[in-house]
Amino acid sequence: MTLEALNYLIAWPEIFLLSMACIVLVVDAFISEAKRDFSYLLAQLALLGSFALLLMQSWDGRELAFNNMFVQDALSTVLKLGILALSAVAFVYSRDYLKDRNIFKGEYYVLGLFAVLGMMLMVSANNLLMIYLGLELLSLCLYAMVAFNRDNSNASEAAVKYFVLGAIASGMLLYGMSILYGLSGSLVLSDIAIAINQAGDSRIGMVFALVFILVALAFKLGAVPFHMWVPDVYHGAPTAVTAFIGTAPKLAGFALIMRLLVETMGELQTDWQQMLIILSVLSMATGNVIAIAQSNLKRMLAYSTISHVGFILLGILAGTTESYAAAMFYTLSYALMSLGAFGIIMLLARQGFEAEEIDDFRGLNQRSPWFAFLMLVLMLSMAGIPPTVGFWAKLAVLNMVVQIDMLWLALVAVFFSIIGVFYYLRVIKVMYFDEAVDDQPLSCGRDMQVTLSANALLVLALGIYPAGLMALCLSVFI
Amino acid sequence: MFADWPLLSLTVWIPILGGIAILLSGDKGSATGVRRLAVVVAVVTFILSLGLYTGFDMNTAEMQFVEGPYEWIGAFDIYYHLGVDGISMPLIILTTFTMILTLIAAWKVIQKKPAQYLAAFLIMEGLMIGVFAALDSILFYVFWEGMLVPMFIIIGVWGGERRVYATIKFFIYTFIGSVFMLIALIYMYYQNGSFAILDMHAMKLSMDEQLLIFIAFLMAFAVKVPMWPVHTWLPDAHVEAPTGGSVILAAIMLKIGGYGFLRFSLPITPDASDALDWLIITMSLVAIVYIGFVALVQKDMKKLVAYSSIAHMGFVTLGLFVVFQIWENPANSSGSGAVLAVEGAIVQMISHGFISGAMFLMIGVLYDRMHTRNIQDYGGVVHTMPIFAGFAVFFSMANAGLPGTSGFVGEFMVIIASFHANFWYAFLAATTLILGAAYTLWMVKRVFYGEVANDNVRALKDLNQRELLIMSTLAVVVLAMGLYPAPVVEVMHATIENLLQHVAVSKL
Repeated sequence: MTLEALNYLIAWPEIFLLSMACIVLVVDAFISEAKRDFSYLLAQLALLGSFALLLMQSWDGRELAFNNMFVQDALSTVLKLGILALSAVAFVYSRDYLKDRNIFKGEYYVLGLFAVLGMMLMVSANNLLMIYLGLELLSLCLYAMVAFNRDNSNASEAAVKYFVLGAIASGMLLYGMSILYGLSGSLVLSDIAIAINQAGDSRIGMVFALVFILVALAFKLGAVPFHMWVPDVYHGAPTAVTAFIGTAPKLAGFALIMRLLVETMGELQTDWQQMLIILSVLSMATGNVIAIAQSNLKRMLAYSTISHVGFILLGILAGTTESYAAAMFYTLSYALMSLGAFGIIMLLARQGFEAEEIDDFRGLNQRSPWFAFLMLVLMLSMAGIPPTVGFWAKLAVLNMVVQIDMLWLALVAVFFSIIGVFYYLRVIKVMYFDEAVDDQPLSCGRDMQVTLSANALLVLALGIYPAGLMALCLSVFI
Repeated sequence: MFADWPLLSLTVWIPILGGIAILLSGDKGSATGVRRLAVVVAVVTFILSLGLYTGFDMNTAEMQFVEGPYEWIGAFDIYYHLGVDGISMPLIILTTFTMILTLIAAWKVIQKKPAQYLAAFLIMEGLMIGVFAALDSILFYVFWEGMLVPMFIIIGVWGGERRVYATIKFFIYTFIGSVFMLIALIYMYYQNGSFAILDMHAMKLSMDEQLLIFIAFLMAFAVKVPMWPVHTWLPDAHVEAPTGGSVILAAIMLKIGGYGFLRFSLPITPDASDALDWLIITMSLVAIVYIGFVALVQKDMKKLVAYSSIAHMGFVTLGLFVVFQIWENPANSSGSGAVLAVEGAIVQMISHGFISGAMFLMIGVLYDRMHTRNIQDYGGVVHTMPIFAGFAVFFSMANAGLPGTSGFVGEFMVIIASFHANFWYAFLAATTLILGAAYTLWMVKRVFYGEVANDNVRALKDLNQRELLIMSTLAVVVLAMGLYPAPVVEVMHATIENLLQHVAVSKL
């Protein structure tokens, strides 16, 4: 077999990222503690380089590589760009936070880079094995990152929970995959799709496999009733890690659903549609209702994530190309606003103090009107109030649900989003209406301030002009 | 002179951009500079909005000053599309006019973060004008929801004791109503392929569809008006809001509910409106009579005026929906009175904007001096503030619907029109003339007349020049509209006739 047959050129961004991750690992072992920033810069360079290589690739068409293991199409390109950008921003936010806690180590960024690599492989997977390998690469890195602050018992507990539950989910996924393999005789997604098309009597077996795979996907996304790990992990992990877990992996999860449910098992749509309706309604209900009772902002955002996943599933279950685009728009905008919100939590944190409680945001408007305003924008966006991108995301998804004549589902969705508004408003209330108890000035680097401002303003800008992003999402599927 | 300017976009965006500029300048600089800038922005907007009146063609019901449609979000056929007709144009001028007075009234009173306060008001002004000017329903919805945010902040930051409760209640109530409207809009989009409001007017809908859509709209607009029994957020919001917030809430935000009925419910779902008119009429009459009694027993001046607002807004909804009964009344085969009813409702909206604004500003004047709104803490204010007492009596008379003031015109038109439908409607509606006089004048008696109640009242100083300016401007407007309402009625006449012709045709 020649190298040309591997068509490895289209995997350049991944290859570059892998090499850079290894370089960072080695370089970091030889530099002194004072020069740790160098590893950080190298890691950012890796993301940037991979981003640039991706941009140079052609956008349209569909190319396969590595014996049909690896696929490159518009979906993978857009999602990978999103993953790289979100991860780079999460790295920027993490630097000061980690330094303040004496865990500013090269390993963090190496793990992060490998996690990004895992996500990129998931997004580009065209083979069940690739999917599994990518997912495991991502998950193992995340387990380690959650436990990164070794001395913190909460973090260790969260990591163990995450690991155990994640392992169960992986087991489910493998089990479903093995059934699929048994029935179709192939690991390549497109071959399995054909086999499902011609399934006939063995269709029931395929649905059996679908259930296991869907359970695993729901685990990874954090949809109810497979959401137990989400609040504990979001809460227990260092905020820098939470910001990382809560954003880019959502895009990878979305890609996984697209590859497995839509591209491979599109024929079983009527089956997974029913299951997704249940998952989606339960997620919106549980997430929004329980979030009200939280006094810890990270936990609240964890439950809010669960409810947002419910909304994303709405877009997927509608099952049209436009609705996948709407779900993708929702996922991208959710990742953007969630990253900003965790960024603000890190901004308020300082040495020996975590600004995790909602009460820690008291009187933020007096301490820093600018960042209070940014948090206001982010919270409004999560609540889905115009003119922020969150509104358009909800509108797009609701549009799709109404389009397939599921008016009742749209009504359920808006009903729970009304409940959701309450707890987002509470954060705004605390920032604007309460007196400040903590008058320490905000301390963080200029780079973080600029990035955070850009992040939140992007949420606002996309709210005023969402057409560009929406057209991009649509172009992926048409 | 500004015939070929994009006047509507300017009146929407100048206040918003001005507000953002003020927000960015922050509270570190001189407060006076910020206040001057805010008033200048508001005055410029007002002058521009006058161009809408001078350039307005009264003989057509078409949308005027139309801008667009410019594609905004192609994927969902959402356009940036603005325009006004005889219904929305007067309301825009009401908005720009009231905003100037509101900003001036905040001059000395608001010392806490004045830049944020003024910026919130200016941004809200732009959004409210956008609500009146939008011809695309999603654009309308964006402005409609967007304006909640500044009001939420205004009540929550500069409000009174229970401001947090009041402001969250305000937000959630309005939000609940409006999300169902959003679903209705999306539903119509899929039936019709367009989010344009005028296309929705023209589309056919079955009775079942109309009923559901009507109820969705009712949830949104009834909360906003507010109609009994979903009015309970209003007294809370009014009592806790700072004076400026109360003024805008009463003068403009409530009108947006009435405007919604006119722009959406009536023309989009005429058959459902016809079928359910008894519901709206009942709710309106309950608001007029029952809420009138509730107002009578209030101990807090602001609460009293808030309840009187609800009663007065009952006339608006009564006027809008009584038209179906006017048409169906066998004794009135010509159908006369329908136009009168709707015009009366709109005149009532505009007049209530001025009068309730004046009432809240009046209470603000007292509150700034005494820091209490309880009626029993006052008494004999006329002895220490004679000029102010004169204005207060005048505005209270207007609130009670004294002939010669604008308060009389709208109520009278609606009552006369109700006679064409049913004597008892008119009879019940007319009780407001007694009840309104009772609660307002009784409050005036207790606050302004009698012996000087205590030393605080004795130490009161009369109006300063700024307050005098605000009060006299409003008094002139109220009197002018009461004596010669024709200019206001004329601009809307063609639009209303066209609207009623449209509503009279079944969509089934």
